[in-house]
Amino acid sequence: MRPLKIKVEGLLKAVKKGRGGVSIAHHKNTAGMRVIRIPTPPFVQIAMRQGIGAECTPVVKVGDYVKLGQLIGDSDAYISAPIYASISGTVTEIKDIKLSTGVMSKAVVIESDGFMAPDEFVPPVVTDAKSLVAAVRKSGLVGLGGAGFPAHVKLNLPQEAKIDTLIINAAECETYITVDYRECVENSVNIMRGVNAVSKYLHIDNVIIAVEDNKPIALQILKEIADSATQGEKVKVMALKSKYPQGAEKMIIQSATGRKMPPGKLPSDVGCVVMNVASIAFIGRYVATGKPLVSRSMTIDGSAIKTPKNVRVPIGTMMDYIVDYCGGFVEEPEKIVCGGPMMGSAITDINYPILKGNNALLAFKKGDLSIKKETDCIRCGRCAAACPLNLVPTNIEKFTKIGDIPKLKHSGALVCMECGSCAYSCPAGKPLVQHMRLAKAKIREEDAKK
Amino acid sequence: MSEVTKKLVVSASPHFRSKTTTTSIMLDVIIAMIPALVASVILFGYRSLVLTVVSVISCVVFEYLSRKVMKRHNTIGDLSAVVTGMLLAFNLPSTMPYWMVIIGAFVAIVIAKQFFGGIGNNFVNPALIGRIVLMASYPSQIGNFVAPFSHRGGVDAVTTATPLAQMTSVYSAENIGTAIDAAGFPSLLDMFLGVKGGCLGEVCILALVIGFVYLVVRKVISPVIPLVYVGTVAVAMLIAGKGDFTFMAYQVMAGGLVLGAVFMATDYTTSPVSFKGKIIYAIGCGVLTSLIRIFGSLPEGVSFSIIIMNILVPHIEHITTARPFGEVKEKKNKKEAEAK
Repeated sequence: MRPLKIKVEGLLKAVKKGRGGVSIAHHKNTAGMRVIRIPTPPFVQIAMRQGIGAECTPVVKVGDYVKLGQLIGDSDAYISAPIYASISGTVTEIKDIKLSTGVMSKAVVIESDGFMAPDEFVPPVVTDAKSLVAAVRKSGLVGLGGAGFPAHVKLNLPQEAKIDTLIINAAECETYITVDYRECVENSVNIMRGVNAVSKYLHIDNVIIAVEDNKPIALQILKEIADSATQGEKVKVMALKSKYPQGAEKMIIQSATGRKMPPGKLPSDVGCVVMNVASIAFIGRYVATGKPLVSRSMTIDGSAIKTPKNVRVPIGTMMDYIVDYCGGFVEEPEKIVCGGPMMGSAITDINYPILKGNNALLAFKKGDLSIKKETDCIRCGRCAAACPLNLVPTNIEKFTKIGDIPKLKHSGALVCMECGSCAYSCPAGKPLVQHMRLAKAKIREEDAKK
Repeated sequence: MSEVTKKLVVSASPHFRSKTTTTSIMLDVIIAMIPALVASVILFGYRSLVLTVVSVISCVVFEYLSRKVMKRHNTIGDLSAVVTGMLLAFNLPSTMPYWMVIIGAFVAIVIAKQFFGGIGNNFVNPALIGRIVLMASYPSQIGNFVAPFSHRGGVDAVTTATPLAQMTSVYSAENIGTAIDAAGFPSLLDMFLGVKGGCLGEVCILALVIGFVYLVVRKVISPVIPLVYVGTVAVAMLIAGKGDFTFMAYQVMAGGLVLGAVFMATDYTTSPVSFKGKIIYAIGCGVLTSLIRIFGSLPEGVSFSIIIMNILVPHIEHITTARPFGEVKEKKNKKEAEAK
């Protein structure tokens, strides 16, 4: 009877675990393309607000000559990261600009002298957790996966936290984007260096590099290098099922360790630190060379781009310059997305500078994005089945519309990470993510009143 | 320089959407019902097709008119009225007068569906309400079943009793096995293929199973509700029949059970969203159907049991809605707190 029991249990597990997430066409068109460094742009606009955290104050004046990698902006705030010049040249202007995210920010405009003359870089002295965190802050690193959260904050673990697992997130579950994959293929040495540094100084015993199983080459390369590294069994490379949103923090922790991160908690509460693969590769290179974050890899793709490419661009490069480098538009695009199609944001123009967190720029032709007409909810439950966090988006939408705050709170709207699985699968074409954001805003507004 | 001269579309993420729409789902349901429709035409003649067409057209017209009168946007394009029309016809005998079908369609679409806000807002299955109103208003016409293939004889249609109506004598019998033999039921194979008296869409189990498989493969419905519903009835009948498998097989294939389980109990709007909720709902349907069949004065109870469970759905939802990912159950917390 025993095998039967196991089968039944496995079946139940499959039924239960099968819930959540959606299967989307991967569109990894640029997977085979090496990351190419684009020609030095004539000028860059480096925003002083690069992502989550405080805005930096410029430390250079108009007319100053700056070298590549020279400090140009910093802040005293804890949640912030310094900003470095991404090209060498003259500071021509310091002005307020609007960013692709819609917020206003000060920006330092540097006109290139064409040399990309580097500053002198000194590898940081790292001996313990504290010096590692200090070094990561100094490097200017923010999460390169998209959110742009200062990396040193993540690594500055509370004293009482018992961290046993470092998860390297190379899932790259978003469609189109392939820069994390390229990082695995081209830069595995630095990934291992970064893994070694972080796990050594933060005293983490297990490392799991998690990759979706639609990237067999990356898996193989990482496995080889993990095996040959002196770490022995410490570093594991794990193939995850290709299902969006596998790369979300909560999902990847569950897939890699089986632990569930409760709402409102941090990965450190379940003994994990999660880092994007590009971020860890950067740390690996930084501890070896001391060169701060001045450029990043991006996927430039979408039906409206003539020659899709993976490019390495200086931070602050204008988007139109990058599009030009990729052959321009095939035709006037209908929509331009900064980031992946599932979680990225549609932008209003391409006259924006690249931020540290931008991992893709996608332009789509008219009619390419299936925009559905919104109809009435038929309560089919596809949104609930797609939600990886067990929410029932259709109910949250209903409660938001009638303004039932207690029910909204109970429904767990604040847990939503806006992965878009619900809206993707909705046959009635409802903008559910928008309703989720509205729900959160309503709850916060109500809380603020108290 | 690359330039954007036209205004770009800016909207909330995600920028990709699945191709599934309400219309495509309804179209899948219609396709899944076609085998049963074909079977009914073979068994009961062209009149079943005409009946279905009358029902569908009147449903669509009522949907259009009521939306117009209520000054709401037109929804006939989503094809849900077509599905309701087909289901209503499937739940009626082929001899039903056409004007009665139109009354049924009016009740289903205008009263049960549009009065409550249209698609997605009805609290009970419209087609079933249509059938129940007809059943209460015209009991003799709705019980007027003809024998299959009798349309071919050129003579007047031969009326016949449905297996479930004959079944009433079996329930009280001492020995179920001999009672079944004595009642003169169609063979189990005929039961499966639909060579028996009954409503249009319910007789051919084979066609309904094909429809079920299609819907599951196309991921239109989850197999949970139909399987649990039919399973519950099977278990209940096995108990009632004191372990007689033949009795159970007749019970499962007789009447509207399979049609109801596959096409009506699975209606999105009137069934629970969660996995647990679906199981509770389907078991409820099964238990009620069995109770009505065995103890009730009506031979069949599928419509009523689904309607009753439809009404209970909000309560089932309330107790079964899953908690957000990683949230610890309150009870557990309390226990832990007590332990401390």
